[in-house]
Amino acid sequence: MNFSEVFKLSSLLCKFSPDGKYLASCVQYRLVVRDASTLQILQLYTCLDQVQHMEWSADSLFILCAMYKRGLVQVWSLEQPEWHCKIDEGSAGLVASCWSPDGRHILNTTEFHLRITVWSLCTKSVSYIKYPKACLQGITFTRDGRYMALAERRDCKDYVSILVCSDWQLLRHFDTDTQDLAGLEWAPNGCVLAVWDTCLEYKMLLYSLDGRLLSVFCAYEWSLGIKSVAWSPSSQFLAIGSYDGKVRLLNHVTWKMITEFGHPAAVNNPKTVVYKEAKKSPPLALGHLSFPPSRAGACPLTATAESRYEVASVPVSLQTLKPAADRANPRMGVGMLAFSADSYFLATRNDNVPNAIWVWDIQKLRLFVVLEQLSPVRSFQWDPQQPRLALCTGGGKVYLWSPAGCVSVQVPGEGDFLVLSLCWHPSGDSLALLSKDHFCLCFLETKEGTGAAAGLRDGHV
Amino acid sequence: MGDWMTVTEPGLCAESNNISQYTSETKMSPSSLYLQQVLCSSIPLSKNVHSFFSAFCTEENIEQSISYLDQELTTFGFPSLYEEPKSKEAKRELNIVAVLNCMNELLVLQRKNLLAQENVETQNLKLGSDMDHLQSCYAKLKEQLETSRREIIGLQERDRQLQCKNRNLHQLLKNEKDEVQKLQNIIASRATQYNHDMKRKEREYNKLKERLHQLVMNKKDKKIAMDVLNYVGRADGKRGSWRTGKTEASFFLRNEDEMYKILLNDYEYRQKQILMENAELKKVLQQMKKEMISLLSPQKKKPREREDESTGTVISDVEEDAGELSRESMWDLSCETVREQLTNSIRKQWRILKSHVEKLDNQVSKVHLEGFNDEDVISRQDHEQETEKLELEIQQCKEMIKTQQQLLQQQFATACDDDTTSLLRDCYLLEEKERLKEEWSLFKEQKKNFERERRSFTEAAIRLGLERKAFEEERASWLKQQFLNMTTFDHQNSENVKLFSAFPGSSDQDNLTVHSRPRQKKLHSVSHGSAICTSKMTKSLPASPTSDFCQTRSYVSEHSSVNVLNITPEEMKPNQVGRECSNQTWSVASRPRSQEGCYSGCSLTYTNSHVEKDDLP
Repeated sequence: MNFSEVFKLSSLLCKFSPDGKYLASCVQYRLVVRDASTLQILQLYTCLDQVQHMEWSADSLFILCAMYKRGLVQVWSLEQPEWHCKIDEGSAGLVASCWSPDGRHILNTTEFHLRITVWSLCTKSVSYIKYPKACLQGITFTRDGRYMALAERRDCKDYVSILVCSDWQLLRHFDTDTQDLAGLEWAPNGCVLAVWDTCLEYKMLLYSLDGRLLSVFCAYEWSLGIKSVAWSPSSQFLAIGSYDGKVRLLNHVTWKMITEFGHPAAVNNPKTVVYKEAKKSPPLALGHLSFPPSRAGACPLTATAESRYEVASVPVSLQTLKPAADRANPRMGVGMLAFSADSYFLATRNDNVPNAIWVWDIQKLRLFVVLEQLSPVRSFQWDPQQPRLALCTGGGKVYLWSPAGCVSVQVPGEGDFLVLSLCWHPSGDSLALLSKDHFCLCFLETKEGTGAAAGLRDGHV
Repeated sequence: MGDWMTVTEPGLCAESNNISQYTSETKMSPSSLYLQQVLCSSIPLSKNVHSFFSAFCTEENIEQSISYLDQELTTFGFPSLYEEPKSKEAKRELNIVAVLNCMNELLVLQRKNLLAQENVETQNLKLGSDMDHLQSCYAKLKEQLETSRREIIGLQERDRQLQCKNRNLHQLLKNEKDEVQKLQNIIASRATQYNHDMKRKEREYNKLKERLHQLVMNKKDKKIAMDVLNYVGRADGKRGSWRTGKTEASFFLRNEDEMYKILLNDYEYRQKQILMENAELKKVLQQMKKEMISLLSPQKKKPREREDESTGTVISDVEEDAGELSRESMWDLSCETVREQLTNSIRKQWRILKSHVEKLDNQVSKVHLEGFNDEDVISRQDHEQETEKLELEIQQCKEMIKTQQQLLQQQFATACDDDTTSLLRDCYLLEEKERLKEEWSLFKEQKKNFERERRSFTEAAIRLGLERKAFEEERASWLKQQFLNMTTFDHQNSENVKLFSAFPGSSDQDNLTVHSRPRQKKLHSVSHGSAICTSKMTKSLPASPTSDFCQTRSYVSEHSSVNVLNITPEEMKPNQVGRECSNQTWSVASRPRSQEGCYSGCSLTYTNSHVEKDDLP
């Protein structure tokens, strides 16, 4: 495992291009494009203001930089550095900007969700989509980029519009039986659309591409409902994480529940392996604590504090947070879940056990591994090529799990490098680690030498 | 009269003494002691009575007292004290005999009464103690009754309280339910109110949005614009086409077409997958069926032939069916036609298999039990044998030690002079001597046996000779007779009789040979080793060793078959083992699929080894 030198970064804006050749990162108002393997700067663009959002087009030819404060979007071409494009939303304001899957259209959502403007880079045409719904996940594209599903709100009713991305024609428009639609997501095969209601009501609706309602799933009533949703890459399963701390798996044939994964604080099954991160030596003097850990419950983990994984003997009780009942958006329930690329594993995080990641075996439909960290897990992501999970806890380490075992690796470098987020290279060979104002790349050895090399270096098994 | 009295008094005393003596002599039981005591105590009493009598009768009133007594006695039915008057004028004479008789009778009566009194007293005592006992019992029971009554009251009270509590709880539950209902209603009403308000607000918000939209969008905002250096080509290389009314319709149609195509593709893909899955499952079913048939058919032939012919016929039917089906290449048939047959046959066979396995289980458990019993019995025998053997060994060892000690002593005695070699030679010689002695004794025994046998042989030979002689004689006589009475038919019967009589001799011979054989065997065994052991062995063997062997063999076969059937649950364990292994040695990188393979491999080897193990005994 090799680490690159540390580069500057702002707003955690660092992304690999979809083809894996480039790495774009933003430093204030500058956009830097590097070669993903050599990290040499290939291009350097200067935007009009501090970039708040950056996105690669699907063909890796263009980069979009959005400056929401100024209502501006700037597009840069990698092939023609002198080419420029600036979209100004003017007084309508801008809250979100994204590429269409063809990489030639930009969808800008205006303030107050008045409308979505579709700007074309090929023609002068501008399309408007009225009445978009202001929700967390109101736009979703099929994986093949043909269709877009959009949540709308008209006359106090939720609607879904399915648009053809090639010419922005409306294909289907139907109302959904939801109180307050919260999100929608296409299945990876692009034939089924999952639509879920607001957290006040547990309701999952499944629509076919042609607008037929396939199934409705409701696990319980009255208490807070769906918190997170994920399709398996094979489109076979739909995992629904909810506020009751459970993940429910629906199958793609009958759309009925296959199983229910609870997240109790005590792990009793002796077949489950619990990896527990344990401190190796006491943390050093306070002078090293440049970045004070914000949460009271979080353990102050300085970059130099050594820790390693230990296999805890079952039964194990995990550290839990008591959610404040009187606050909105309580810290409870399954808030993060993701399938591995081969659909064999599902990783989840229960928000009132923030230090732990549960990894479920989907073939056997049971809990496989629990990783308990010393501090709350900030983010985790599966390797896009193999069942390998990378996670970070806002400390100076990056953690990797695979069915073969578990590794925690100290990020080398002067000063503290607190990993707040991470993203995989599409090939799974390297990993970008993002801290508040820096980023570095972590190159993983190719398959044959992974475990050994990680063990040899400062990875502690 | 005065001296008369004095004469009678000692007689009375003597008599009473006599009686006491008599009683003490006759009854030497512990109760007699008591009686004696009573008698002793009665003596002073009689004295008192005497004094009383003396008060009653004085010198002066003898006559009156006698007459009085006479009167009294006659009223009690005693004969009169006076002699029968010969004449009416004559004065009545006192009949001393009658007096004495009366006295005697009175005394007897007195004694009887005393005895009766004693009896009554003892009975009284007994009854009194019984009474006391009963009273105490009564008191106890009364107490118990009281306590149980109190308990009952307590329990009733508790019951009442609990019922009360229960009622309260029911009431509470009802209240809670009502409360829940109320709260639900409240929630529902609030939700509707909230939704209503939300809708109102959303309408307002929409109005505002609309207004804002008009304000922001309608006035020609110069700022809303795109500033592009030059338009780029489309990703697919096509040129953007202008939309007209016509093209729009065609576009729409094309989009619909494409959508349906995609959907169709998806459904086809899924159908294909499901078909494949179905085929796989069918294959598995078929294979299972075949295996079941192959598993069941041999057993059906052997033990099940008699028991249940119906299942046998079922199996054969099924087999025929299967044959037909496979000929028809059932994969191409639609589900409806095949499914029922297949599932039915599988179900039937499964049932058979299940019952069979259950039976096997039962048998196994039985065999286990029996085996334990057998082992117990055998172990006792073994125990005895073993102890005998051990004792023998101990004896031998002791002898050995003795000889060694002797040798040592000899060595010490002649320690300095003798060479070690000579000593060793001596040792060997001694050993050889010992061995020779043993052999000698063996030979002696053999010789004795041979002698015995020879004796028996000679005896048999003598007997045979005698018999032969008799036979010869008989034959001679018979021939003679036949010769004499050639033409008479009556003699044929006698011939038969003689023939019969001749047979027993031959059978005797046979018996003799039979007897002699085991002895020979014994001799062989003696020459091989200790006679006791072998005889014991032969004794223990006769309990149908062949049947035992059969049993064990059948048991083994059953056991192995059971194990084969139980492979699936066994597979779970190796999995776990494998997992644990992987946990501890996770540094070895392996992907889940390869792991799976490893597990299954593990389980396979595991089961194999298991089966082998079972087959070994």
